[in-house]
Amino acid sequence: MTELAAMNGEPILSTKGLSKRFGGLVAVSDVSLDLHVGEVHVVIGPNGAGKTTLTNLLSGDLLPTSGQVMFGGRDIAGCTSDHISRLGIGRSYQKTNIFLPFTVFENARLAAQSRTPHALKVFSRAADYAEINQRAGAALEAAGLSHRAQRIAATLSHGEQRQLEIAMCLATQPRVLLLDEPLAGMGPHESQRMVELIKKLTEDHAIMLIEHDMDAVFALAHRLTVMVNGEVLESGTPDEVRSSPAVQLAYLGGEELLHD
Amino acid sequence: MNSSRFAQLLPWFVLGLLALFPLVENTFYMQLLTKVLIMAIFAMSLDLLVGYTGLVSFGHAAYFGLAGYTLALMSPGYEAVSLWWSLPAAIVVCALFALITGMLVLRTRGIYFIMVTLAFAQMLFFVFHDTKLGGGSDGAYIYVKPSMRLGDFELVNLEKAEQFYWLVLFLMAAAYLLLHRVLDSSFGRALLGIKVNEHRMRALGFPVFRYQLASFTLAGSLAGIAGYLAAVQYGFVNPEILSWHQSGAVLMMVILGGMGTLYGAVIGSFAFILLQEVLSNQAWFGAWAKHWQLAMGILIMLVALYLPQGLAGLAQKFRGKPVPESADD
Repeated sequence: MTELAAMNGEPILSTKGLSKRFGGLVAVSDVSLDLHVGEVHVVIGPNGAGKTTLTNLLSGDLLPTSGQVMFGGRDIAGCTSDHISRLGIGRSYQKTNIFLPFTVFENARLAAQSRTPHALKVFSRAADYAEINQRAGAALEAAGLSHRAQRIAATLSHGEQRQLEIAMCLATQPRVLLLDEPLAGMGPHESQRMVELIKKLTEDHAIMLIEHDMDAVFALAHRLTVMVNGEVLESGTPDEVRSSPAVQLAYLGGEELLHD
Repeated sequence: MNSSRFAQLLPWFVLGLLALFPLVENTFYMQLLTKVLIMAIFAMSLDLLVGYTGLVSFGHAAYFGLAGYTLALMSPGYEAVSLWWSLPAAIVVCALFALITGMLVLRTRGIYFIMVTLAFAQMLFFVFHDTKLGGGSDGAYIYVKPSMRLGDFELVNLEKAEQFYWLVLFLMAAAYLLLHRVLDSSFGRALLGIKVNEHRMRALGFPVFRYQLASFTLAGSLAGIAGYLAAVQYGFVNPEILSWHQSGAVLMMVILGGMGTLYGAVIGSFAFILLQEVLSNQAWFGAWAKHWQLAMGILIMLVALYLPQGLAGLAQKFRGKPVPESADD
């Protein structure tokens, strides 16, 4: 770990006792975790463990039942998703969530436009804002989609749509990235690219990553949290988590976590 | 001439032809065209909501009628009211009503949005129908058309049918250009984004509600211009102009013409009103003419089934617009 200083510093985002109930079901229960700039915090766990619900609580897609989300010195739990996005927390979706009938560039351009104070100027052509275009272009470049800029998003391959998902998130220039299974459904080559991209983004972002691909998890994770039934089973460095008896017990039969 | 240049020039060509029309015919058909152009403004304003913001309003006649009543209530008996302040007043009344109703109706989506917009329009209908405010169910007359003077000079004499026609044509073209410009701006792009994927727009940080409210208010204001002009043309308002039939008719114009293309709304209002004229012509259809809505209903159904992009979609097919490339390359 090279970013020991960052690891020991103040977290940019931290949750305290975060919970979400749906009627009688407790989807997320008393989760406390920290995100630091320069670190990838990976959250793993079986299906239904509450990982995506946790992401939704951080991004404002869902309102927490109780608990805090501290960001920039204030509790943002209960803020709307557009507000949280403007504060600098960007997310990608597990299920691809893009503007299918638009070009790839327009997808990224809209994302970049969301950061501008003159978004309500109604008489100047949208295409004329050089700064927005440039930011959209840079986001596509970073995600490796520049060569697809003029394609209709619906015609992209699944992997490319996942890349676009990330590009849109980057175009909003967030400081915290919440990435919900960015590798899902990607081929080995595309996965490798994405892992490299996330590594590069780690330098100046705090990243929470939900992922099932264990190779990617261990290639990227600075901190690892294991969730089971909405609760944090174990949290720490990858080595700590790997050697935890509780995790070994829970994953008995799921030996993929224990190898190497 | 390549097709994009043709597409650029065509609207100006059509505008020129329309401007010359009163020189050819200045009685019945010119008045019919005046009605078409007024309804085109109305249909474009609804297309802003339905085709560009993804909000299917079924109460758009409320703004149309409200502007008409504003003019009727401002007209002082046997004198002319100035257009310079009665038209802005009508627009402001409509904008305010749209702003207030918008704050409430925009909390609903889909079928509920349709029902709530309808409910607000019906409330307004019964306000004018059941109170003495605008003459109740009998309506009210505008005996003298508004004046449009610059000092002592009479800019447009609205009593003269062809001058009124040119004014309406000018305002229709202005409304088209305004909307065209607005829809090409960052604001317009954001509206389209909201129509396509509201959830993602929110996640990207767009305050969706504010954008929708701005769109709703602009649409209500433009519908107000159309309603004002219609009241001037007929010199008469009654509650029917804000009934749900009227909201339905303008929605059919937008669907017939093709949602999400401004010129489609214009084509739709042409097609709808001309079809209505033709189908209700007793000389051609005899006893069936009374039941023109039946034939119109069938036509609308056929368009919905076979031309989901409306008549504008048909035009694009003829121009051979390129279809997007497929995913495999």
